[in-house]
Amino acid sequence: MIDVNKKGEVWVFAEQHNGQIEDTPIELMSKARHLADALGVKLACTLLGDNVSGLATKLIHYGADKVYLAEHPLLGNYQTNSYAKVIFGLIHKYEPQIVLYGATIAGRDLAPRIASAVKAGLTADCTDLQIGNHQPGKNGQMHENLLFQIRPAFGGNIIATIINYERWPQMATVREGVMPPPEPDVNRKGETITESVQLSQQDLPLEILQEHKRPKKIDLKAARIIVAGGAGVGSKDNFKLIWDLANCLGAAPAATRAAVDLGFIDHDHQVGQTGTTVRPSLYIAVGISGAIQHQAGMSQSQKIIAINNDSDAPIFNVAHYRIVGDLNVVVPKMIKAIKEKV
Amino acid sequence: MAYNCAVLIKQVPDTKRVTGQAMNDDGTVNRSALPAIFNPEDLNALELALQIKDKFGGKVTVLTMGLPAAAEILRDSLFRGADETILITDRRCAASDTLATSYILSCAVKKIIDYDIVLCGRQAIDGDTAQVGPQLAEKLGITQITYIEELIDLSDKSITVRRNIGNGFQQVKSALPVLLTVTGEANEPRVAAAKKMMKYKNARTPIEVEQKIKAENPNADEADIKELIEHKYSELEEKGLLIKQCDLDFIGADLNWCGRSGSPTKVHRIQSVVLAAKESKDVEPNEKAISDMIHELIEDKTIA
Repeated sequence: MIDVNKKGEVWVFAEQHNGQIEDTPIELMSKARHLADALGVKLACTLLGDNVSGLATKLIHYGADKVYLAEHPLLGNYQTNSYAKVIFGLIHKYEPQIVLYGATIAGRDLAPRIASAVKAGLTADCTDLQIGNHQPGKNGQMHENLLFQIRPAFGGNIIATIINYERWPQMATVREGVMPPPEPDVNRKGETITESVQLSQQDLPLEILQEHKRPKKIDLKAARIIVAGGAGVGSKDNFKLIWDLANCLGAAPAATRAAVDLGFIDHDHQVGQTGTTVRPSLYIAVGISGAIQHQAGMSQSQKIIAINNDSDAPIFNVAHYRIVGDLNVVVPKMIKAIKEKV
Repeated sequence: MAYNCAVLIKQVPDTKRVTGQAMNDDGTVNRSALPAIFNPEDLNALELALQIKDKFGGKVTVLTMGLPAAAEILRDSLFRGADETILITDRRCAASDTLATSYILSCAVKKIIDYDIVLCGRQAIDGDTAQVGPQLAEKLGITQITYIEELIDLSDKSITVRRNIGNGFQQVKSALPVLLTVTGEANEPRVAAAKKMMKYKNARTPIEVEQKIKAENPNADEADIKELIEHKYSELEEKGLLIKQCDLDFIGADLNWCGRSGSPTKVHRIQSVVLAAKESKDVEPNEKAISDMIHELIEDKTIA
């Protein structure tokens, strides 16, 4: 661990694979910029890889003041131990006060390994970050300007604000898709600091035999309108209704976990706590009861239409338009109305 | 050759089944009303260990840290085929965050279990952090492989697995020892075997024995209680039905790194999620009302 260091920087781990920066650290940048400004400190990115220096400029455009660049042939592929070793070294060298990671598969693999080695705290899957003060008990010492690490817990039934005022850095992973990415400013200037890296084959305990990546079939986060179906749709055949409604609106088809588990549609289309978090202009929930795990991924939508034959379905609590009725009757009527008007 | 597996499990409130009975009047969840269950992905970790034992031989040891009631999931593990179970229970574990928890577990594993492979569920459904597995691997000084979907091969001193990498998968090979975190996709956990249920239904932890004897003999003096307890211990031990139970002293944990003092993260505030009713309107499921709604959405430019 490092001591409380109020002059320490705010860091974002700029996760990249094959020279492409992941979406989640980019999404994090505007919030991280805001935190650094509130604390009056610099915002820095740690960028690890092989031949990735070109990405530093991009990170600066997204709001970084500094980029700590660690390049090495053995950093070409992500591995827990090699990446943890480099970041562990950088944390001890520069003593940042906040270190943030995207809650991606790699981020959730890496951050706890580092936290354990540094003996610092780590909060998983935050949905918001703020700066605030904390006083333990009535007469405790006031701790000012802490990182409030805000996350759903207990299956989404509670929201917890977590703090760490003793053993720094304050570290958190941040959920994918919960923060809007900043607009890049191509005129922004910043500093790239090249770090020397000592690694040997022993820091790479895994042999990567093969890797299969497939592009996501759909980018739900970019969709303006989403039409989502739940278990109530009934069957894969009947899920055609969801596709039809989506098609006539130019919308993205989506689903609950239940519908995905029933095989109605591919996992890439899943919205919710274990799927994608979305915030479209319009979300049409068809045959969805509205489990809290699903609502966690869609309740930020600007407008919500819910169609369900159970008037007590929890989805109606967050809906702007409530249609209690048979989806097999309502959806075709909607398609007809849209075709007439658009 | 045979491989010894250590499986780390957790008893959790069933957060996926929040029914009306578990709701307070203000729309918040009454956590104490939720049933306590075997964390789902820990069952996948146990299943993977049992498959390794079935195929290669070796011993499956299951360990949990928790309240005395967590003995329930240890018995369940015995019913499914575990060879030995261990309960770490100690009031001084209370308020441990993931860092302190992984420290305590690492002390227990180092002290008690001879392992080739450590298996954990990917994450627990109460916290959903997925942090304890990687932190434990770091504290044990072994390689971690997270998000396991399939065991491909185990031979000599190395293991090959397929892991989920979000938008695809990766096949990786590592020397043993190794810590795996296992996802729900990895397998279908076996159910309890009737024979093993018969054999282990009376398996008890020392604390369960003590509580039962004290409840049954409210008027007995301390010496008699002690004798009854000792007698029951040896009876269970003889039959292999005494679940091992340890406290922090036994596993040699430094108390500075346990419980509240060992936990850098603290809770500043907890807010219950109340499903808020927004400004909303009811739309009749007829042609006119639906058409009006679409019209309204086109007017306010929600639909282009």
